[in-house]
Amino acid sequence: MSVEAETIEQRTAALKGLGTSRKRVEDSRFTQGKGNYVDDLKMPNMLFGDFVRSQHAHAYVKSIDTSAALALPGVIAVLTAKDLEPLSLHWMPTLAGDKQMVLADGKVLFQGQEVAFVVAEDRYIAADAIDLVKVEYEELPALVDPFKAELPDAPILREDIADNLEGAHGPRRHPNHIFTWEQGDKDATESILASAPVVAEEMVYYHRTHPCPLETCGAVASMDKVNGKLTLWGTFQAPHVVRTVASLLSGIAEHNIRVVSPDIGGGFGNKVGVYPGYVCAIVASIVTGQPVKWVEDRMENLTSTAFARDYHMQGKIAATAEGKILGLWCHTTADHGAFDACADPTKYPAGFMNICTGSYDIPTAYLAVDGIYTNKAPGGVAYRCSFRVTEAAYFIERMIEVLAIKLNMDAAELRSINFIRKEQFPYQSALGWEYDSGDYHSAWNKALEAVNYKALRAEQAKQVEAFKAGETRKLMGIGLCHFTEIVGAGPVKNCDILGMGMFDSCEIRIHPTGSAIARLGTISQGQGHATTFAQILASEIGISADDITIEEGDTDTAPYGLGTYGSRSTPVAGAATAMAGRKIRAKAQMIAAYLLEVHDNDVEWEVDRFVVKGAPERFKTMKEVAFASYTQAIPGVEPGLEAVSYYDPPNMTYPFGAYICVMDIDVDTGVSDIRQFFALDDCGTRINPMIIEGQVHGGLTEALAIALGQEIAYDELGNVKTGSLMDFFIPTSWETPNYTTDFTETPSPHHPIGAKGVGESPNVGGVPAFSNAINDAFKAFGLTHTHMPHDHWRIWKTANKLGLHA
Amino acid sequence: MIPGRFEYHQPESLDAAVGLLGKLGEDARVIAGGHSLIPMMKLRLAMPEHLVDLKAITDLKHITVDGGVISIGAMTTQAELIGSAELALAAPIVKETALQIADPQIRYQGTIGGNVANGDPGNDMPALMQCLDASFVLQGPDGQREVSAREFYEAAYFTAREDLEILSAVKFAVCSGGYAYEKQKRKIGDYATAAAAVLLTKGGDGGCSHAAIALTNLADTPLYCEEASNSLMQSGVDAASIDGAVASCMSIIEPVEDNRGPAEFKKHAASMVLRRAIELAWSRA
Ligand SMILES: Cc1cc2nc3c(=O)[nH]c(=O)nc-3n(C[C@H](O)[C@H](O)[C@H](O)COP(=O)(O)OP(=O)(O)OC[C@H]3O[C@@H](n4cnc5c(N)ncnc54)[C@H](O)[C@@H]3O)c2cc1C
Repeated sequence: MSVEAETIEQRTAALKGLGTSRKRVEDSRFTQGKGNYVDDLKMPNMLFGDFVRSQHAHAYVKSIDTSAALALPGVIAVLTAKDLEPLSLHWMPTLAGDKQMVLADGKVLFQGQEVAFVVAEDRYIAADAIDLVKVEYEELPALVDPFKAELPDAPILREDIADNLEGAHGPRRHPNHIFTWEQGDKDATESILASAPVVAEEMVYYHRTHPCPLETCGAVASMDKVNGKLTLWGTFQAPHVVRTVASLLSGIAEHNIRVVSPDIGGGFGNKVGVYPGYVCAIVASIVTGQPVKWVEDRMENLTSTAFARDYHMQGKIAATAEGKILGLWCHTTADHGAFDACADPTKYPAGFMNICTGSYDIPTAYLAVDGIYTNKAPGGVAYRCSFRVTEAAYFIERMIEVLAIKLNMDAAELRSINFIRKEQFPYQSALGWEYDSGDYHSAWNKALEAVNYKALRAEQAKQVEAFKAGETRKLMGIGLCHFTEIVGAGPVKNCDILGMGMFDSCEIRIHPTGSAIARLGTISQGQGHATTFAQILASEIGISADDITIEEGDTDTAPYGLGTYGSRSTPVAGAATAMAGRKIRAKAQMIAAYLLEVHDNDVEWEVDRFVVKGAPERFKTMKEVAFASYTQAIPGVEPGLEAVSYYDPPNMTYPFGAYICVMDIDVDTGVSDIRQFFALDDCGTRINPMIIEGQVHGGLTEALAIALGQEIAYDELGNVKTGSLMDFFIPTSWETPNYTTDFTETPSPHHPIGAKGVGESPNVGGVPAFSNAINDAFKAFGLTHTHMPHDHWRIWKTANKLGLHA
Repeated sequence: MIPGRFEYHQPESLDAAVGLLGKLGEDARVIAGGHSLIPMMKLRLAMPEHLVDLKAITDLKHITVDGGVISIGAMTTQAELIGSAELALAAPIVKETALQIADPQIRYQGTIGGNVANGDPGNDMPALMQCLDASFVLQGPDGQREVSAREFYEAAYFTAREDLEILSAVKFAVCSGGYAYEKQKRKIGDYATAAAAVLLTKGGDGGCSHAAIALTNLADTPLYCEEASNSLMQSGVDAASIDGAVASCMSIIEPVEDNRGPAEFKKHAASMVLRRAIELAWSRA
């Protein structure tokens, strides 16, 4: 082997470290059907649990008769709230400081709510038994519209807390009101609105949708009555948090609980929450002493586990006649459903909605969010957006368009005038964030040039003329978006989940022969952690990524972490990985110096080895150091080569991007066709460009779905209208356009490797780009704003209202 | 999403299948590709106690063109309709329609017999069959009979087929001339927001010697538009007669609101889809 002959470049390339488009190591098992998901788990004597669910949105439960179900051969038990009550498990705390019924305790509050849990020998018997459980309901009027929640005749939903005037996030003004959250300067903003030369106003509704991961939620609980250990496998985006919660709820000591997230088939926030199914599976296993599996079907997933969005955002934006923005005001009515089961840090009941000043230097701003209970499923999770950042980005990117119309100004130009300038970073926003870095003008100009923006506008103007002349029935829309994200939650001083600080962790062991294993507190759901975290480490410690195993998801072996959501893995656990790697290197340096018989400071690091300063022919590779650490007695140095790092980020990271979408719209049928989509992302240091591109393609496709049709819709009685994939829109390759991706690279100044996270950017930035394109197409005919989802009939209705079918 | 209990039967001849149905009575259901029936069973909207699978009956799988008549066995899959070179020549509109049904995976399973027997107004083949003036061959305990597609559909999920009858084949004449099946849908795998099947033949004089129009998912049955078809034959195809034909069709549709949109939108979309189908068919005539 001629290691000596290799150049520095060759040695660097051999590491497959930062910047390498390394193929995903996970994919060989996934593409061969060899993944191991919760529903793949089979255990001797395993039982199956399934729910009796409410068909009503709001009703009292008068009685539950389980006798016929219990009489069915193969049925082991039927749990109701009465059975859970002695264990105090008929209710459970939510991650948002509220509580949620595990099984209906006297009433049901949304269609699909869990009423009873049937445990049977197999899932077929369980399904039959569900039909045999007789539940007697007394129907109550349903509250579906959050704007009617505080009317005198509104039904009171949460009778359990109707008299509590103080909620987890401050005062409540009505039994159906959850919290009011205010940020910024109300008076200053309102006085600017009163005096500004131009004020644009709009109600921007971001409809309710659902992350709908390919794999639904599920768990297998196994209580070993001999050793008192509970093992819980499940679809958990935060396995350690689940362990702590399970311990607190069940009273089982935390060391006696092992939580394992096996392969997860997509999460997107849907798998952050703790669901009644998990609790019931645990109780059923404790009761029966047998493993119990619970796995949702698709309809259950869509109708009962965490939804996303449902924000009604009333906005006002003030500017000078020249287009300099002076102030931003937003009041949001947040529909939380029947329980407040958001997964937000305690201090942020509306997540990071206060990033809604976006990419713009807006001196004064005010945001208020009112959380409201309705007879809908609980949730309010991310869906590939860090804590309401998607809502915030959609809001500001719509408001900018609305302001541009009011000013009669080009919307690209308006953005440019108002961007936070490069030299203003770190930038203190009016709503309280310190943006770490950015170069918006460069990204924006690059995007406009890439699509030849001026030519597009000229073509659009021609098209409008042709339409007016009756020569075509198609219109062209140009959707602009410049988004700024806030990810990487987060600094322990202000970010927590159920009190647990949002640090993350990495533990590394270097093996004697120079390969390694690293374990993290996060858990991949398809993001490719096993690939990318090995690359971070490869660059830090000089061992090829191919020789590093990444392991996550088993709380018995992985260090404590807060899990994967909100694009936090790379900003937080990725930082912990780099820091742990640096600890390895520090120790390795002492060993190398000893082996080379020089002082510690006389060696320096070079790609994969320590070299004696001034004597490049004298070196020790990391591999040699690793071997020595296990085989030699080195004075003053402990044997072995391991490190662990818990990383508390000093700030969030602020990825950004410039997206442009061009659409053609058939005015008569409402059919839209995406002609072009350009996506430029700046996520700081790029670890694996190919994975970034994959993340962007996936997130854009989700954004497309949300903008153009995907919704969880309820009728006025609270019935879910979109409970199956026939009506809940998931695009196939047919509906998905070709995306053009590009990047700029503005490293985060406070992150050890400058990385910012990218998993959510395309969803955050994609939705406004698609929606703006639809809105833009009708601008010439007097439209300022129309709500998503922009499916055929809503587009048609917009055209119809504008008189374009006359 | 787990169906109720049922017994599974797999007869090997049509007679045996008809016999089984007679014996098992109304608790039995025929299953073909299963792609309409199984979703209903999973939702427990259908809970047959016996499933009689037609899969093993080889006589039900054929496409023949003989003496100007096309006969397609009930168990012929939509993918087989698309793949048949003979059919593409003899009645290209069948392929054009089949390609707009669901997605490739479903088309490998779904059969023409199941699609026309199902009685769901969302199915695409029924309107096509009406447009082609097809007849359905029904085999029952009392022997065989034929029913015209234009008379087969009574209401959603109600057809002229008796419970104990099995639909064995569809038959229609070879068609020359212009054709089009236009369908608006929200996505791949979706049923029609509105769809139209149109056949137009140009006469020697440039007029329209044959016209047939039928519509999908715009009422609780497929709709054969007799008046519009006749009027095009009488007046030929031009801008004014197309307007007239579209107006005539629009007067008989009764779309209902669903997640695809309200009735007024569907009416408008239907008129657009139909107009485009007529124009396309005429351009091919
Ligand atoms: C996601 C999805 C999307 C779809 N989209 C479309 C679409 O766009 N357009 C469309 O037309 N269809 C669509 N379908 C339906 C699909 O084409 C079905 O396959 C078809 O409607 C039924 O054919 P089958 O062979 O699967 O019948 P089955 O599901 O087996 O049977 C349907 C019904 O017909 C009866 N039946 C079947 N065969 C016979 C027979 N020979 N004699 C008497 N009765 C019989 C059965 O008892 C049952 O009641 C879709 C299906 C799915 C799951």
